[in-house]
Amino acid sequence: MVVQIPEMDFGWIVPEIAMTVFAAVALLLTLFRKKNSTWLFVEAMPLVGAIVALYFTFQTWNGNIDIFNNLYTIDNFGVFFKGLSLVILILVTLLSYRYIDREDMARGEYYSLLMFGTLGMMIMVSSNNFITIFIGLEVMSISIYILAGLMGGNAKSVEASLKYFLLGAFATAFLLYGIALIYGTTGMLDIREIAGYVNSGNFMVTPTFMAGLALLIVGFGFKTASVPFHMWTPDVYEGAPTSITAYMATGVKAAAFAAFLRVLFTAFHPFLSGWTYMLWILAVATMTLGNITALKQDDVKRMLAYSSIAHAGYILIALTVGDRTLSSTVLYYLLVYSFMTIGAFAVVIILGRQGSPNTGIESYAGLAGRHPVIAAVMAVFLFSMAGIPPLAGFMGKFYVLTDAIRGGYYWLAIIGVLNSVVAAYYYLRVVMYMYFKEPEAEIGAPDVSIGSTLAIAISVVVVFYLGIFPRLFLMIAHTSSAIFM
Amino acid sequence: MTNYIPVLIIIIFAFLIAALIVGASSILGHKISKKTKLDTYECGMKTIGPTRMKMNIRYYLTAMLFLIFDIEVMFLYPWALVTGNLGMFGFLEMLVFVIILLVGYVYVWKKGALEWE
Repeated sequence: MVVQIPEMDFGWIVPEIAMTVFAAVALLLTLFRKKNSTWLFVEAMPLVGAIVALYFTFQTWNGNIDIFNNLYTIDNFGVFFKGLSLVILILVTLLSYRYIDREDMARGEYYSLLMFGTLGMMIMVSSNNFITIFIGLEVMSISIYILAGLMGGNAKSVEASLKYFLLGAFATAFLLYGIALIYGTTGMLDIREIAGYVNSGNFMVTPTFMAGLALLIVGFGFKTASVPFHMWTPDVYEGAPTSITAYMATGVKAAAFAAFLRVLFTAFHPFLSGWTYMLWILAVATMTLGNITALKQDDVKRMLAYSSIAHAGYILIALTVGDRTLSSTVLYYLLVYSFMTIGAFAVVIILGRQGSPNTGIESYAGLAGRHPVIAAVMAVFLFSMAGIPPLAGFMGKFYVLTDAIRGGYYWLAIIGVLNSVVAAYYYLRVVMYMYFKEPEAEIGAPDVSIGSTLAIAISVVVVFYLGIFPRLFLMIAHTSSAIFM
Repeated sequence: MTNYIPVLIIIIFAFLIAALIVGASSILGHKISKKTKLDTYECGMKTIGPTRMKMNIRYYLTAMLFLIFDIEVMFLYPWALVTGNLGMFGFLEMLVFVIILLVGYVYVWKKGALEWE
């Protein structure tokens, strides 16, 4: 018997192959680099790799094909999220150049793992099968576990890594158990086949099936940092290197939400009544706890961690509504959220110095007087997160809440709006410190570099662009999510 | 559902037999209680010093690396069985796999993880 593997399939996964090759080359280049060499080959790898992968990813737009015996799928939804994770990779790399030299982290491993992490995300968002999703998730997670602890001498970083690893391993076990139970009841791992089964007359809601679904939600809830599976988030986000925190808060969250969305809206959509109430509770708990706990934080990095939990809550609103025609909202929100979050963390990075991260809110006091531009961009990102027009965060929230109203979830919309009001307090508190407080302590000149300036500039432009002209990207998000209809 | 009844019967018997043996020996058997009997070892020398020894961390590193490469080599066995049927494509696939492994191996080697100093 000759096994048939259509070799054309490899043409569709060139972006993934490119990522793998560039990551491996970056790893090898570090080994053979002479000490004090000024060649920047290793540093260039993630940028070149991401651009090459982006180019080939866009080539697959409108591909709409299932490859490798339906394990993997090339569709616009996957292309959208692949593009997003690659752009996030570029921005995080730009942020990292000065930062990892300052904190003296292992360079080759850092960039290589960043690329492997992105590879995991790319696999995860275009899987059509639970096993492929799981592999993507693990490739991503294991890279991040190591990246979080790469600040070797720093006890907090090691603690973050260990915590994330232990809890992440548990969450993975939950996810796998969920997959196993679903497989046990349906006999299928293919997401679309499960949808067909759930739609058919044979389908019966058994306790095993419900348990499997609930465990899946737990597993994804962990990766997206939703309450009550968020316990790790503040400590890990605070302890990890700030550039990696930015990566975790955006890339990991976007990829996890993408896979979550695909699983829920494809496999389990015919069984909507079985999970919307779970997500309703999750959404309300995530928003409320994230926002209320953020009020008490005096550390900006930690505050941003809680704010990222709260944003996961808003995205969960859109998932709860469960309307396939509205799923573009999730895509748009994640796009907006990624840029404003990376921008805010970029400012946190440049205000820090070696050994003193300066993340306490008092470090921001009087920033506007000394560094008006930095204060202004930080204010832009914070206003955007608070959801103030004409910035992108407003449009994101607007669409999410509109979805809730359209879907008839009035209470959810009201709770969402009330949460926005609460959130405004802690975002504006930082702005207030920057503009209306006298500086308490000298924090020294900001550590600005070309890379971080570029990353912040891109983020600011995108935050304004998406806020003022949302139409183009909303259309793209809409086309991308058309696979669910 | 009826397929599982034999399994249930085996489980019940396993418990019954275990309970029977342990119970019988505890009721019928002699009971001698001495301090030496309750010691960790009934024979040999007395232990000197704490038994929790410090182990060189390199043992773990080597063991871990061995495990990783060992498991990866495992994939070669099923491949070797069917490689005739897989043709050129199967050969190239395995080549890619081995090259990826090789990258890891070079990394480990150059980083000095295999040196015992």
